[in-house]
Amino acid sequence: MTYFPEEVVEHIFDFLGSHRDRNTVSTVCKAWYQVERLSRQHVFVGNCYAIRPERVMARFPRMKSLSVKGKPHFADFNLVPYDWGGYALPWIEAAARCCTGLEELRLKRMVVSDDGLELLARFFPNFKSLVLVSCDGFSTDGLASIATYCRGLRELDLQENEVDDHGCQWLNCFPDSCTSLVSLNFACLKGEVNAGALERLIARSPNLRSLKLNRAISVESLNKILSRAPHLVDLGTGSFAVDDRAEAYHRLMNCFTKCKTLRCMSGFGEASPCCLKALYPVCINLIVLNLSYAPAIPSDDLIKLICHCSNLQKLWVLDCIGDKGLAVVASTCKELQELRVFPSDIYGAGTTSVTEEGLVAVSSGCPKLNSVLYFCYQMTNSALITVAKNCPHFIRFRLCILDPGKPDPLTNQPLDEGFGAIVRSCKNLRRLSLSGLLTDQVFLFIGLYAKCLEMLSIAFAGNSDKGMIYVLDGCKNLRKLEIRDCPFGDGALLKNVEKYEAMRSLWMSSCEATLGGCKALAAKMPRLNVEIINESGNLVESKENLSDVNKMEKIYVYRSVAGPRNDAPEFVWTL
Amino acid sequence: MSPPLEHDYIGLSELPPAAAVPGTGEEGALNLKETELRLGLPGSESPSRKDKVGLTLELLPKSFASGSKRGYSDAIDGAGKWGLSAGEGGSEVDLGKGGGLFSPRGEKAAAGGGQLPGQGNAGREPAVNAAGQERKAAAPVRGSVAHDRVMAPAAKAQVVGWPPIRSYRKNTMAINPSKIKDDDDGKQGIGCLYVKVSMDGAPYLRKVDLKTCNNYKELSSSLEKMFSCFTLGQCGSHGIPCKDGLSESRLTDLLNGSEYVVTYEDKDGDWMLVGDVPWEMFTDSCRRLRIMKGSDAIGLAPRAMEKCKNKN
Repeated sequence: MTYFPEEVVEHIFDFLGSHRDRNTVSTVCKAWYQVERLSRQHVFVGNCYAIRPERVMARFPRMKSLSVKGKPHFADFNLVPYDWGGYALPWIEAAARCCTGLEELRLKRMVVSDDGLELLARFFPNFKSLVLVSCDGFSTDGLASIATYCRGLRELDLQENEVDDHGCQWLNCFPDSCTSLVSLNFACLKGEVNAGALERLIARSPNLRSLKLNRAISVESLNKILSRAPHLVDLGTGSFAVDDRAEAYHRLMNCFTKCKTLRCMSGFGEASPCCLKALYPVCINLIVLNLSYAPAIPSDDLIKLICHCSNLQKLWVLDCIGDKGLAVVASTCKELQELRVFPSDIYGAGTTSVTEEGLVAVSSGCPKLNSVLYFCYQMTNSALITVAKNCPHFIRFRLCILDPGKPDPLTNQPLDEGFGAIVRSCKNLRRLSLSGLLTDQVFLFIGLYAKCLEMLSIAFAGNSDKGMIYVLDGCKNLRKLEIRDCPFGDGALLKNVEKYEAMRSLWMSSCEATLGGCKALAAKMPRLNVEIINESGNLVESKENLSDVNKMEKIYVYRSVAGPRNDAPEFVWTL
Repeated sequence: MSPPLEHDYIGLSELPPAAAVPGTGEEGALNLKETELRLGLPGSESPSRKDKVGLTLELLPKSFASGSKRGYSDAIDGAGKWGLSAGEGGSEVDLGKGGGLFSPRGEKAAAGGGQLPGQGNAGREPAVNAAGQERKAAAPVRGSVAHDRVMAPAAKAQVVGWPPIRSYRKNTMAINPSKIKDDDDGKQGIGCLYVKVSMDGAPYLRKVDLKTCNNYKELSSSLEKMFSCFTLGQCGSHGIPCKDGLSESRLTDLLNGSEYVVTYEDKDGDWMLVGDVPWEMFTDSCRRLRIMKGSDAIGLAPRAMEKCKNKN
């Protein structure tokens, strides 16, 4: 290949879709490294502390799209303190210095400031697309900057962020000349938005295909919007609260009849059962339906809706759909690939909404099912074994039995056999989350069979270090391991230290690893950052008091070429 | 409504009495501070911990209800006070390892026991077993403080960060009514029930939140305030003699004496005279209100009485 001119090599690299493939070819030889880095347009950084932003910018000067992830996954569940880190500003600043051709920025679980957003808006003339997922630290003022200064903005996608509401004016900041919007998602904003400004914005955005409104948008407004944007493909409704005898309801149904291209729907902020009927005209075309943010809708009404959705590929729903509802999903949605069932009653006392039966029904009825997230109150080994047999193509299987450490209610046994069946059968399983009563045995199975596994989440499981060791030794492709409340200690932590350099990160909280163990790990592996997150007051003082035998509440280990980070707060101690 | 209480972040300093009367009883019959177990320096008062997301284990009596609405608005007010605003997870409290970590049990923990009839959500849960508080449940608690009366028994206490649901989702679900009222015509937001009010001759309609009134007297004074610019009528300008509503004599007074009469459309679509049924039943079935001219309403009263009798 070295005899080919660079342009040819570059052209061949264009066919490599994934980051991993491109990373791999860049290691072949210096020439390829150069060609690859100068032609790379999409850069993905899985851990913002694994590398310094400047290095990334220097290596990929022609970068057009940057994705960065910040906090560890368990931050979603409040296990990571608020100001742990994950700041976006250094990345934006570095890009502003070297890669002003940046067009797209995607951030996940990072702290973004209004200053950062303003920088983004002003210094990147070609900036087109901003996607923020589970971020915080910014307000609607930052959005106003984006709206004001980004000429030719195509995408503003805010997914599940915590945004401070400084007023509704941000939407008005889109200039009249802005006609390029393709995707606008502000569903996570809590405050009001100027409905008139929104309607005008949509009226002048002929390319708009994805629109997700927040709860402040009434059905009346939605009607006006839909009449201006009949070519929408993806719609997140606003409040969706409407009386089915009202004029607005009939207009809504009328609008939906005209939306021939609508394929994805979400939102339904304050929907009631009767207004779901307005959806019937579009149901047959829907491939994605997210009802998980709707209020708890009775199972029978959900069933009536689902009956019309025979082309559904992705369904997110609350557990009030019940086993009965899931049986209807199984018989209707033959194209279903992904199912997520969320609990409608988090603090409940075990009111049975879905059980193992629902999952078994869907696994048996939906041959294309490959991704499941299922919250339930109980699960049995036999159900899991059946599911495993029915669905050997699972890529993601995440089961959350709401009672930590709950055994199989029929046999009172741990769920080792059930999960064992899953990993044995699903050879392509990439992501697995465990729950229920589990012993070291399940980890033996995982280490033995889950060869494609990349991400594993464990809680309240295992008996001894052996469990974790099985996983580290056996799962060759493991990238992320997150553990909470398991009896894994230093023995497990230190058994296979080289493994961590082949992984993105390890999280252990409320386990048995001690300070001494962490110190040993840090000493052996200098290219790992071993962070102790110790929230008990002032870490500096208590450092003296901590002895090596103290168990560490939260440990976050990740490979890094950047060394210990310089923005760590006081309660984070990098060994 | 009483002013926001000084309290720990979940809004439980004074606990309502055991009586299942919503909207009242903010003065706790028990001072549960004595029994409160907390992780913190001895002698630290809960108010001082309101800026830190405190962790307390509170044991509450088996059954009590509280002013859900008030609790909720406390949470809203308090949320700002405690800095439980968006993005802040709250600073972590000193926890010994293995310290009990609990999360508040929300609205449905009592498995529906003892719910007032026809009540949807908004924390009108009377049954309480014990409370726990999740250190980082600040966000979901914000919404579910209204439901703080419903707690898990100590044995079933939850743990921090469990179940593994994103805070964003928890917050959203806390805002959602978890049960849909059959009567969904009133626009339901957070613990409010807005119904349209039309008045004969007025150029536009109004909306009134039935949940802000506790009885007919309050309703009529709200209506009066709203429509006083349009009429010299005397809807409810006099005191209402009996607790439960307008008495028959009062009704006739209205019909004979004043120019206007308040009627409502019930679930079945019938127009009824306001005041016949107990307040709770009224708010349950009322879909919209209409202030009609007294002369038009004369034919209404006998039918209304009959219907009420049939219902009972």
